[in-house]
Amino acid sequence: MFAVELKKMLLRPRTWVIIALLAGLPVLVAVLLRVTGIGPRPGEGPAFLAQVLGNGALFPAAALALILPIFLPIAVSVVAGESIAGENSLGTLRYLLVLPVGRTKLLIAKLMTVTVFVFMAVFIVAVVAYVVGASLFGIKPLPGVSGAAIAAEDATWRTVVTVIYVAVSMLGVAAAALLFSTFTDSPLAAVFGALAVLVTSQVLDLLEAGRAVHPYLLTHYWLAFIDLFRFPVLWRDVVRGFLLQGVYIALLLGAAWANFTTKDITS
Amino acid sequence: MTSVVSTRALTKRYGSVAAVDGVDLDIQEGDLFALLGPNGSGKSTTFRMLLGLVYATSGEIQLLGHSMPSAASRTLPHVGSLIEGPAFYPHHSGRANLTLLDASSGNGRRTRRARVREALERVRLDAGRLPYRAYSTGMKQRLGLAAALLRPRRLLILDEPTNGLDPSGTREMRDLLLQLQRSGTTILVSSHLLTEIELICTRAAILSEGRLVAQSKVQDLLSTSQSVIVVTHDIADAINAVGSIPGVSVLEQTPDGLVLDLNGAEASEVNASLVSAGVGVREFSLKRERLEDVFLRLTGA
Repeated sequence: MFAVELKKMLLRPRTWVIIALLAGLPVLVAVLLRVTGIGPRPGEGPAFLAQVLGNGALFPAAALALILPIFLPIAVSVVAGESIAGENSLGTLRYLLVLPVGRTKLLIAKLMTVTVFVFMAVFIVAVVAYVVGASLFGIKPLPGVSGAAIAAEDATWRTVVTVIYVAVSMLGVAAAALLFSTFTDSPLAAVFGALAVLVTSQVLDLLEAGRAVHPYLLTHYWLAFIDLFRFPVLWRDVVRGFLLQGVYIALLLGAAWANFTTKDITS
Repeated sequence: MTSVVSTRALTKRYGSVAAVDGVDLDIQEGDLFALLGPNGSGKSTTFRMLLGLVYATSGEIQLLGHSMPSAASRTLPHVGSLIEGPAFYPHHSGRANLTLLDASSGNGRRTRRARVREALERVRLDAGRLPYRAYSTGMKQRLGLAAALLRPRRLLILDEPTNGLDPSGTREMRDLLLQLQRSGTTILVSSHLLTEIELICTRAAILSEGRLVAQSKVQDLLSTSQSVIVVTHDIADAINAVGSIPGVSVLEQTPDGLVLDLNGAEASEVNASLVSAGVGVREFSLKRERLEDVFLRLTGA
């Protein structure tokens, strides 16, 4: 079942358009920086972007930081929110279920497919950003956020962990979208539900008044991967981010499963 | 005879409204069984409960001898279905859609192409690479049926299979259903084309507002008819004469006679009474009821 779902996702032009758009934004930014030579002042603007002009090795991390707050979660919400609700609105869901494909099995196949999409998207953006960064700005040993230089092989594993961290961060959003996807037969409504969670979390995270709930917000630790480029690595928030996403994923998927396996399919 | 579908007090409530209310269906192996009823009478909800898509509020369902929906993984591979119209991925061709469905159901990979080709031939659909969204209504319906026939089935549950088909398509569908029934497939079908049903179905049940109002052989449904047609010039005399026969009443007056409700009286005696009262009876015949008449009478539509 997973193989079929994966095939459906990979064969859809939409999948590749979304990934192309995600990778396109950092490319656009890189070209602009290169042409104008005007970067954000150090300590301002999106993470790492100030350093990128001098060193392309940081561009994968910079590219992920660019798409992380809004662009990437929207893309993930669209794919995950559509997964069940889309089949439901087309009517194909009922024919899948009477094949029969067990509801739990279908949900797991959809989840795995969305997970593959997330990792694929993040990985492709990182690779494209590396190539663009290397060709436009050149690769040097990383200066690191704390100033000390980071060796090239050191940069590689930090970037790999970053890719994994960003992808896992997106799985929380994906789980939320999947949950809403089991509630409605309108894919747009499911996507909106996930975005509502996202925006709420980000707004609360900005409010001083919401301080008490900050450590529990879905998006709170998203940018903690910046700490991976400190010397030495500051693991505390990264580990918390992983754990928090794990809890969100478990809760949201549990709710999605409970709803999907007990609901009437009337479309 | 083994029971293929059997429900006991099957009920589905949405809030205080009962969409299906205490239905006891009994479909035997080899039946070509029609589930009839006006729109909104609960046919589709019943089908969906049989297939495990909608969960019953109460009651029991036995499908192929197993309890549904708990035995879905064991029974549904033997059940082909068409529920409220076909549904496929619009950007894929019919063939690609069937191939995906076949893969999802875990059928053997090596024989997949042959299976898909056979199913398409069976419903006479040859649309090449045309995407599903460009199909006509009739083609979509055929593809839906092809999906139901992707593998050998013991039971077919077909909700309005003739929907959107032209007269020749309807006829082909009728022939296909009869052919399937002869090869041993039990078929449960719903349709508003009552003439078609009357032609091919062995048994039928009628739902009205969620309740089962009839269930028997189609012939038996039709022979519950209790009216006669009297052709005569002496309509006024005939009406007088009928008034003196206990129980019998005039249902309808036509330009050349009357339609009488026998209400249990023996037809030959009624005829004799009319003749002895001096009515010139030119023709006296039992009115053969159409399934449509039974349907309209029982559903109060």
